[in-house]
Amino acid sequence: MELVYSVTVGIMVTCSVFLMLRGHTFAIVMGLTLMSYAVNLFLFASGGLVLNQPAILAEGAEYSDPLPQALVLTAIVIGFAMTAFALILAIRARADLGNDQVDGKATSSDILADKDHEGQLRQHPDKATGGKHK
Amino acid sequence: MDLIWVPLLPLFGALVPLILGRYPRSMLALGTALLPAVALGIVISLIPDVLAGEYPSFSAEWVPLLSLQVSFFLDGLGLMFTLLILGIGLLVILYARYYLSPQDDAGRFYASLLLFMTAMLGVVLSANLIQLWFFWELTSVSSFLLISFWSHRSDARKGARMAMTITGAGGLALLAGLILIGEVVGSYDLRTVLASGKLLADSALYPVIMILVLLGAFTKSAQFPFHSWLPQAMAAPTPVSSYLHSATMVKAGIFLMARFYPVLSHTELWFAVVSLVGLTTLLVGAYTALFKHDLKGLLAYSTISHLGLITLLLGLDTQLASIAAMFHVINHAVFKASLFMAAGIIDHESGSRDMRKLNGLFRYMPYTATLAMVAASSMAGVPLLNGFLSKEMLFAEALHQETLGSLSWLIPLLVTIGGALAVAYSLRFVHDVFFNGEPVGLPKTPHEPPVFMRVPVEILVVICLLVGIFPQFIVGDLLMAVGASLMPAGVPEFSISIWHGFNMPLLMSLLAVSGGVALYTQRKSMFAFQSRFAEVDPKLAFEQGMQQLVERAVRIQNWLDNGSFQRYSLWLILTAGFALGYPLIHMAEARGRLAVTELDLVSLGGALLLIVGSVATVLLSHQRLLALVTVSVVGLVVSMAFAWFSAPDLALTQLSVEVATIILFLLALYFLPQKIGLNHLSPGRIVRDLGIATASGALVGTLTYAMLTRPVETISDFFTANAKTGGGGTNVVNVILVDFRGFDTFGEITVLAIAAIGIYKLLAGVRLFVPSSDMDGRPWSEDRHPVMLMQISQSLLPLALLVSAYIFLRGHNMPGGGFIAGLITAIALIQQYIANGVYWMRVHGDLKFQWFIVSGLMIAFLSGVGSWAFERPFLTSWFDYFYLPLVGKFELASAMAFDLGVYLTVIGATLSILANLGKLTTAERPTRTGEKA
Repeated sequence: MELVYSVTVGIMVTCSVFLMLRGHTFAIVMGLTLMSYAVNLFLFASGGLVLNQPAILAEGAEYSDPLPQALVLTAIVIGFAMTAFALILAIRARADLGNDQVDGKATSSDILADKDHEGQLRQHPDKATGGKHK
Repeated sequence: MDLIWVPLLPLFGALVPLILGRYPRSMLALGTALLPAVALGIVISLIPDVLAGEYPSFSAEWVPLLSLQVSFFLDGLGLMFTLLILGIGLLVILYARYYLSPQDDAGRFYASLLLFMTAMLGVVLSANLIQLWFFWELTSVSSFLLISFWSHRSDARKGARMAMTITGAGGLALLAGLILIGEVVGSYDLRTVLASGKLLADSALYPVIMILVLLGAFTKSAQFPFHSWLPQAMAAPTPVSSYLHSATMVKAGIFLMARFYPVLSHTELWFAVVSLVGLTTLLVGAYTALFKHDLKGLLAYSTISHLGLITLLLGLDTQLASIAAMFHVINHAVFKASLFMAAGIIDHESGSRDMRKLNGLFRYMPYTATLAMVAASSMAGVPLLNGFLSKEMLFAEALHQETLGSLSWLIPLLVTIGGALAVAYSLRFVHDVFFNGEPVGLPKTPHEPPVFMRVPVEILVVICLLVGIFPQFIVGDLLMAVGASLMPAGVPEFSISIWHGFNMPLLMSLLAVSGGVALYTQRKSMFAFQSRFAEVDPKLAFEQGMQQLVERAVRIQNWLDNGSFQRYSLWLILTAGFALGYPLIHMAEARGRLAVTELDLVSLGGALLLIVGSVATVLLSHQRLLALVTVSVVGLVVSMAFAWFSAPDLALTQLSVEVATIILFLLALYFLPQKIGLNHLSPGRIVRDLGIATASGALVGTLTYAMLTRPVETISDFFTANAKTGGGGTNVVNVILVDFRGFDTFGEITVLAIAAIGIYKLLAGVRLFVPSSDMDGRPWSEDRHPVMLMQISQSLLPLALLVSAYIFLRGHNMPGGGFIAGLITAIALIQQYIANGVYWMRVHGDLKFQWFIVSGLMIAFLSGVGSWAFERPFLTSWFDYFYLPLVGKFELASAMAFDLGVYLTVIGATLSILANLGKLTTAERPTRTGEKA
């Protein structure tokens, strides 16, 4: 079990690192999300892998280690805030720089991707149609 | 205590000229002088104590844990320097009143001058090493301001930069040395350090400490090869040169050597280094001074030479050498300050400092000329003047030392040559300027200065004479007290007098005088020889060096910090990989001693799902919606894994966060480019990144395996044992969060709140490209709010809220709590936004997310502060059991109030993130001004 667990965490880290080295903001945020899953699993494992022993006090029972769980619980919530922040940063960069490259430099494929939307840039449907979507 | 006022008064005094700046000059000067004069009065009143060996002191704790105090003490050494700093400082204030032109900002000048005075007093009075260093650097900073006072002049700016860089670099070496001293001795208290000479001398670090401290001293006191900044600092106004570059700042290095003389000297290394550096400086300075045509240039090199002389004395291994050194500190300060002032008068009243133009000035300013001649004679070492006495002592000590072993005979010889050079350049100063024909092409006709501009020079020259004629009476006691600081074990008997009979030192003096006169008469051929050397401007060399340094730094920085995020994350991952890999290499084997548990099918299935999901995310990353699906599979399996491995709280949290995350991603997808091109990825890059990623995964996997197969010593037994009795809850995880580690949780919800506010700011006023169709050109559905969804979600809302309340309330004893309940509530509300739209939500209940966040944080904070009312530390918890009819026995705990704060903050933050992003497409979106768009 321990071996399978470790291999799984390792592969998740591999995938997340590969995604984090990409140039597109979306891929990087995906990588960050995967990375926080992997890190949480790793932190959680520091308490050992225990079945059917939740840390709920009862008469004469054995318990899993509650401390890593408490740490991971806040890590999950903070991880959500971080993912959200990174994602919104990507959206903001897209708005200010006009592309979704982390280095702010558009590649030819971005220009192609936006070509079919030419002329609609910076138009808000609510404004244009009085609240009704086109 | 009175002593603290000695550095404090000049510090307050630095404000006076800034306030009085617009008043007439005389009033300004008078006001400036007032507080330093009071400080001088205090010091004079303390003299009897110091001479009696009872050193006044002042001490106040600052950061006791780091052994930082504000601490001053006044011993003999400090007293001598304090008198020089305050006494000559007051004369310089008077002198500068007449020297500065009406265009100069005298207020700024005086303020910088008094700031410098404070810094110098701090250096000589400090009883704490770190504090001493602080004032030491403050002298560098304030002298930068003074040298660059005429900031419109390029040479002033360059000179100031050079002085700042060299003395500042020395200061850093000094700091390293002082910290090492503190480490070895175990205290930064100077008096403790001075009593620990043996400890320091026996330490293996002694040579390092000594060299570092000496680096600080040598740079400050312009010792060879760090002397080149001092002549460049002559671009400063002359009062500054007369104060900083003769009497005080350059003596700070000497002071430092004297301060640590009792603990750092007495080793062969000290004597060899200090004496050789001093001797070299003495000769180089004296030789160069002879060839300077600029009046202040000559004085600057002569100062370097005299500083070398003092250093040499401190490096000689005879008993009286250090006394002679301190005596020369006084003498040099007095005659050199008056000479600089005289040079300033000549410059001021004739418009030039070039000795090739200045000739025969005696006719125009006989009185000033007489004063300057007396001071110059003292510099040359003519009898009946103070300079003669200390030079005689130098000759006497040079004869008796054994510093250089069998080569020791060289020192008296070289010192006599230095003496001859000093006579020659003093003669040049007097003869070239005041006699030697008529002035050549001066800008104005020279005349005597205002009477009061001459007064400081007169006072100093009178001191030269008095000390020269009655040395024992005037400075004998003071030198005795200084000697007590330098030689705590006991000062040898000494007596300073003019006449010691016909002996070797007198013969050496005679040789020096006749040699100097001979040198001066041969000056024409020597100048001709000297002119064959190529002129090197140290300023230019320095600036070039600095520019090259900056260029190199820029190149390295551009390579490291090239503005590419991808480069940064690469560095980050490689560094983390190295930090992880290095210890793993040193671990014998990955497999630990702990027995492994059996693999079951459920776990295996989960692991396979995780692996497939992760790999699919990478492979599908250019098809964003599919990638999102696979990521959410990973997230769901992770939450199941938590449930499987006995962590129900984590499973609930992960599950609810998962929902919020996916909604967030879906919203974001709408705003990001729909197609991701992969054609720009070079195969080399893919291989490189795959390699790095695989290595990272292998490292983390190995680490996980190593951790899982080794026994852990956990501190959790405490939490498990005390959760019920101390925290009043059976869900240990929740009790840890809201009680044992409540302060951590408080910090975490604060971070959450900050992230939410940051996101709000990022989205405010953003103008986005909004697509009207999906990537295949199909328009979005026109039915934005399907009726079925609206109806179902509206009727589900009360149920969802009920569930979250239940989860919240049971959290202390069963899986649940503020985090999870908050997320559930937030998701229930977000569902209303999705189903009914932003506009409907505003009409049917305008939620102010920031109020949730603020009130949540406040409740959590107040529940912590509440324990202060019971005189307990922050966040001490309380609980008790109550009984109500119908309800039965129930528990109330202060931790529940804290959890309520967590609950509200999580709701506010999550909603604020999701709803603000969702509002972007609507007229309700956040704007920069906070108004509705």
